[in-house]
Amino acid sequence: MEEETLENEELVISESFFGESFRALRKNKSALIGLAIIIILIFVAIFAHLISPYSPIKQDLYNNLKPGFWAGNFKNFLGTDEFGRDLLSRIIYGARVSLSVGVIAVIIGIFLGSLIGIFSGFYGGTLDNILMRITDIMFALPSILLAIVIVSVLGRGLSKAMIAIGITYSPQIARVVRSETIMVKNTEFIEAAKAIGAPKLRILRVHVLPNVLSVIIVYTTLSIGSAILDAAALGFLGLGAQPPTAEWGAMLANSNHYITGGYWWVATFPGIAILISVLGFNLFGDGLRDAIDPRLRKKM
Amino acid sequence: MKNYILKRVLNLILMLFAVSIIIFLLVRLIPGDPARTLAGEHASLEILETMRKKWGLDKPILEQYLIWLKYAFRGDFGQSILTHESVLKEILQRFPNTFELSVFAMIFASLIGISAGVISAIKRYTIFDYTTMFIALFGVSMPIFWLAIMLVLLFSIKLNLLPTGGRISVYYSIKHITGFYLIDSLITLNFGSFFNVLKHLILPSIALGTIPMAFIARITRSSMLNVINQDYIRTARAKGLPEKTVILKHALKNALIPIITSAGTEFAMLMGGAVLTETIFSWPGLGTYIVQAVNARDYPVIQGAVIFVALIVAIVNLIVDLVYAYIDPRIKY
Repeated sequence: MEEETLENEELVISESFFGESFRALRKNKSALIGLAIIIILIFVAIFAHLISPYSPIKQDLYNNLKPGFWAGNFKNFLGTDEFGRDLLSRIIYGARVSLSVGVIAVIIGIFLGSLIGIFSGFYGGTLDNILMRITDIMFALPSILLAIVIVSVLGRGLSKAMIAIGITYSPQIARVVRSETIMVKNTEFIEAAKAIGAPKLRILRVHVLPNVLSVIIVYTTLSIGSAILDAAALGFLGLGAQPPTAEWGAMLANSNHYITGGYWWVATFPGIAILISVLGFNLFGDGLRDAIDPRLRKKM
Repeated sequence: MKNYILKRVLNLILMLFAVSIIIFLLVRLIPGDPARTLAGEHASLEILETMRKKWGLDKPILEQYLIWLKYAFRGDFGQSILTHESVLKEILQRFPNTFELSVFAMIFASLIGISAGVISAIKRYTIFDYTTMFIALFGVSMPIFWLAIMLVLLFSIKLNLLPTGGRISVYYSIKHITGFYLIDSLITLNFGSFFNVLKHLILPSIALGTIPMAFIARITRSSMLNVINQDYIRTARAKGLPEKTVILKHALKNALIPIITSAGTEFAMLMGGAVLTETIFSWPGLGTYIVQAVNARDYPVIQGAVIFVALIVAIVNLIVDLVYAYIDPRIKY
């Protein structure tokens, strides 16, 4: 009976916590713009097969490198690429690829990083020392370089790029989660749980995890934007998505050859698509961070 | 202070060992015969045998690592499969190019980033502030390689002002002394080449410097806002100092400390992270070297170059920390 009321109380507290965050978020105009961009992006990704006017991979070599609406061509609104594929259709399908790469890569990173961070922070001692030295080593290299090296081991391709990006993101997440865990660990309610003899893993699951969850949520949103950027970079270098997959970064891979010929649209539009999507996640992530926990501003 | 430096250098060496072990293991994880990878696809059986002997590939993995380490200590990171040149020699040839580019990118990033951040902080909540912070947000949301392509499109192709890429035009030559093109052309008084090299540096520096610029602008703004409300700033104003002196001498000097740390970290990361910019501008630096190596499965090069980058990043970070201690007398080690 007593436990039930306790749980109810916890529920009330968490509700008002999220309610408060939500109210703060609603007042933040740029966060709302970010959210709108994300929703549109998800919508486009899900319904790509319904919205897009053509197939993203169907070639039409008679109509290659055709300009779009600015030249009065409304059939291929954004023009066509070097194989005569409709650029707009490729960008629409690209949303599917980029969004899923970004989200999956970050989930891998969050999973690895949170696991390392929580255990490291909660148990401390030798385990903490070893895990933190490993993250130090990963920090010794620029993330894009680390991702390139991992891809060179795993082999190229979209799924491998996701894993590589996820791994490179884990040390930073591990550090943030670790410091948060240490803070939670030293609070009185953990002390109380220990005093009544709760097992360590239960404390970790029931008391620590929910309290570091807000940090993890904020970090996820902020990381998806950079993961989309990194996936595009790997695609651009030919290490990520392989042709003929419509991926925004890979679409730019050969475009610097075409700009010299005056075919600027091939290089311009996929980049704008990346920019807008990443901007959306950054705007929303910033807003979410300020709403949930303004303290985090300094850490991220 | 001496103890601190010693401790840091020791740490650095340990870290490099750890990196080398990990990279060594990663390269060994790649499926296939390492002797063939080291010797190249078309190596004869005898060469494969010599390779196995030289690198001790028939021995246990720990011993293999120690042999590799022994050679590495002598500066022998093996030979590139692609060019058959010594890996270290090639790294040292390419490093000055990346370094020169990174320095210019950082100068661009700091000049624009710090001034924009300071003005934003002074004119807080004005149009200037909002615009700058919005541009900074764009800067971190933009794919750097796309920005590079757009810069080439505008300045090289449409306006025909700057070269599309490369280190120097074919009509100019440079006598190699230090490997740094700008320095070499200056000390040989070859001004034609000097300006040509400078022209080639502009677009890649802007592309590479944009992300650090955005970061620096954001940090400068928040750091200045912290300082500007301090008592000693009010004192400085109260005693009638001109606003320029208050901002530049009293506020910025104190706000600079966190800016230098983050700028230093950014600089360290540029040295290895210039991969994309170098690719677009066909820049013969470390980044393109590593990408070529990855594409050609040139494992001795990947191994050597990655460890070299880790070394450079660690050294730059060490220098930043020492500078930090020097400019902030409150920090004692």
